[in-house]
Amino acid sequence: MSQHAEGSYYIPHGTKWPIVGSLGMITMLASAANWMNGSSTAQWTFWLGLAIIIFMMFGWFGTVIRESESGMYNAQVDGSFRLGMSWFIYSEVMFFAVFFGALFYARALVVPWLGGEGTGAITNEHLWQGYLSVWPTNGPANIGGEFETIPAFGIPFINTLILLTSGLTVTLAHHALKHENRGLLVMWLAATVVLGFTFVWFQIGEYHEAYTELGLTLGSGIYGATFFMLTGFHGMHVTLGAIMLTVIMFRSIKGHFKPRNHFAFEAVAWYWHFVDVVWLGLFIFVYAL
Amino acid sequence: MSTEISYTDIDDVHDDHEDHDHKPTGFLNRWLFTTNHKDIGTLYLGFSLLMFLIGGAMAMVIRAELFMPGLQLVEPDFFNQMTTMHALVMVFGAVMPAWVGFANWLIPMMIGAPDMALPRMNNWSFWILPFAFTMLLSTLFMDSGGPAAGWTLYPPLVLQTGTSFAFVVFAVHMMGISSIMGSINIIATIFNMRAPGMTLLRMPMFVWTWLITAFLLIAVMPVLAGAVTMLLTDHFFGTNFFNAAGGGDPVMFQHIFWFFGHPEVYIMILPAFGVISEILPTFSRKPLFGYASMVYATATIAFLSFIVWAHHMFTVGMPLQGELFFMYATMLISVPTGVKVFNWVSTMWQGSMTFETPMLFAIGFVVLFTIGGLSGLMLAITAADFQYHDTYFVVAHFHYVLVPGAVFALMAATYYWLPKFSGNMYSEKWGKIHFWLSAIFVNVLFFPQHYLGLAGMPRRIPDYSPQFADFNMISSIGGFAFGATQLIFVGVVLHCVFRSKVKATAGVWESSRGLEWTLQSPPAYHSFTTPPEVTHNMLRHAE
Repeated sequence: MSQHAEGSYYIPHGTKWPIVGSLGMITMLASAANWMNGSSTAQWTFWLGLAIIIFMMFGWFGTVIRESESGMYNAQVDGSFRLGMSWFIYSEVMFFAVFFGALFYARALVVPWLGGEGTGAITNEHLWQGYLSVWPTNGPANIGGEFETIPAFGIPFINTLILLTSGLTVTLAHHALKHENRGLLVMWLAATVVLGFTFVWFQIGEYHEAYTELGLTLGSGIYGATFFMLTGFHGMHVTLGAIMLTVIMFRSIKGHFKPRNHFAFEAVAWYWHFVDVVWLGLFIFVYAL
Repeated sequence: MSTEISYTDIDDVHDDHEDHDHKPTGFLNRWLFTTNHKDIGTLYLGFSLLMFLIGGAMAMVIRAELFMPGLQLVEPDFFNQMTTMHALVMVFGAVMPAWVGFANWLIPMMIGAPDMALPRMNNWSFWILPFAFTMLLSTLFMDSGGPAAGWTLYPPLVLQTGTSFAFVVFAVHMMGISSIMGSINIIATIFNMRAPGMTLLRMPMFVWTWLITAFLLIAVMPVLAGAVTMLLTDHFFGTNFFNAAGGGDPVMFQHIFWFFGHPEVYIMILPAFGVISEILPTFSRKPLFGYASMVYATATIAFLSFIVWAHHMFTVGMPLQGELFFMYATMLISVPTGVKVFNWVSTMWQGSMTFETPMLFAIGFVVLFTIGGLSGLMLAITAADFQYHDTYFVVAHFHYVLVPGAVFALMAATYYWLPKFSGNMYSEKWGKIHFWLSAIFVNVLFFPQHYLGLAGMPRRIPDYSPQFADFNMISSIGGFAFGATQLIFVGVVLHCVFRSKVKATAGVWESSRGLEWTLQSPPAYHSFTTPPEVTHNMLRHAE
């Protein structure tokens, strides 16, 4: 893979990583499909596919990091990267918007209609007589059995404080980077990583409590579905963000990034603020209201 | 925006490279590992042509079964697999990748850039697709057969799909990832790689329409991903998103799906608008009429596409206020679309028109797409839609906007730019034969379906009442002839690329304007190694 750039426009000449990524992707997803269909061996090829994807990420990002650190990228490449990351986050916003949309639609329309509201809705008379529109609900058939919800002002509130604090610490790290204070940079990044993984740890504990003590599962009707899919996808994003922060931290320890040139750091910081904002939406609409 | 880049450095660097044109050597290097916008564009276009033929073969099965009343050729379940797969293959495998292919080839050349902004990701966004479609098409060979619930994947029916279900969901995920990466690349290229002087309101219409299309794609592909993810968890992991007994609602899927689905139809047609806006001025020898209004109309259509989705589901039982809102919002779309059609007609008005193959397809587009637009206006009327819903009238409508609409625009674009891409002229005689046969048989194929629909023939059913026999037979004959005609297209393309002895000039067409025509045919491997000076008289649409 020869690159042609000397402080000017860079044109990477060929890359093998995308095809590796595609092979990993189809291995993982075809195996996941077989696994869901009950194959006993598919889970091993699933993990193989995931391993190929992780291998691809190491290789691809490694190449980009080496090129970046050797000064091959000019301001225009930096601009392309910034646009790329911004629009990627926009796509992520839309992905979460679907699940928020499902939550709002269910709460504002479906459950009231099942409860007999609205002029055209007669399901309450014919199909689910006597079902009262309430939230939370697992539906007129009481699917998944009785359950309790997680109170907002317990672990979720602590997790809100944790994520908001981590948004502050990553900003402090950014300031330290801009002022060439390597020690503070690493320290604040480490604090952000710790806060991130603490959030995930608390979330796992919350799920454990939901499943073992509250009777709240993924199968608890529409409430369980929206609750676990929203918080679950968010939790995955926090985990990914925390791994990204860890990478950035080790790169900072190795002396990467310059005060005026550190796109990867900023990309991770943007991503972290994005998962932070999503959490605020979750805290308000899933837990508090 | 890009003034500080010294393009000449590229030439210096490349001097030490062995190959003058600095194409990578070896098949794998050239095609599998490529980061070049032209090679990736060629891959996209070749892939979409293959998918066009596969999806077309499925359509032939459908039309053969519908040739006569009664069940004769295929099992009803296989018929349903064909309607489902035909749509998925044509939408995600043929039309969308073809537009991304043209975007790859043309956008860097049109805005004066050496390549796309993110060349490695460009490779990945293409190379996901062959894997995604291998997975999708492989479902036809599974014990349960392929998906048969329609491309709209409505629950609860789609949840009865057997072994193939998860494969279909994951194939859709992969197509979405590919589309999102391709769109991010296009947006980054347009915002970040324009030559000095190429201001936003100097960009060619094809660049503008793709910019807006890419915005739509990034907005709605994640929505489709979310929708099919909910189907997956409803099927395998016990969620109740679409199960009323658990407090969910199957209608919610339709809302989510069409929030994706309606912008999706504009994703397929907006680049076509751009192509037509490039071709009509060239062969009318006049500037595009109303360039700025074309840009604003495109943006308006894109905005409106987000607030009209429920017109696909008028009969599902929505509150009256909802039906009225979606009816009026849908009708509003005819305003910016009308602006476009009138601008195209005004562009041709009093022009010195000639009728080479691209122009024929472009004029065919304007006339026949407008028929599809008008039947869309009929469908928008809520009260009337209760009669049309799920009939062949709907099939006729969306095939008019997609076949003589999007596909004709793709044909026009191919004839218009293939000499630029390949350096050879195609056979004008066979191009014209291809056009006239296509234009005649597309109407024989789809126009009778309007009458079938108005008379009440439902879509997606392999058998029908004998009263529908005549029009179905006409439609099927049109279908077979239209399908066979497309083999001419394949022949013309292959002949042009590999056999044609007639070399294309840089301008190709007498009156072509725009940066891509300033490059030799075929252009150098990296389009602009020195930034072109963009002056207003280089551009067709400049004031």
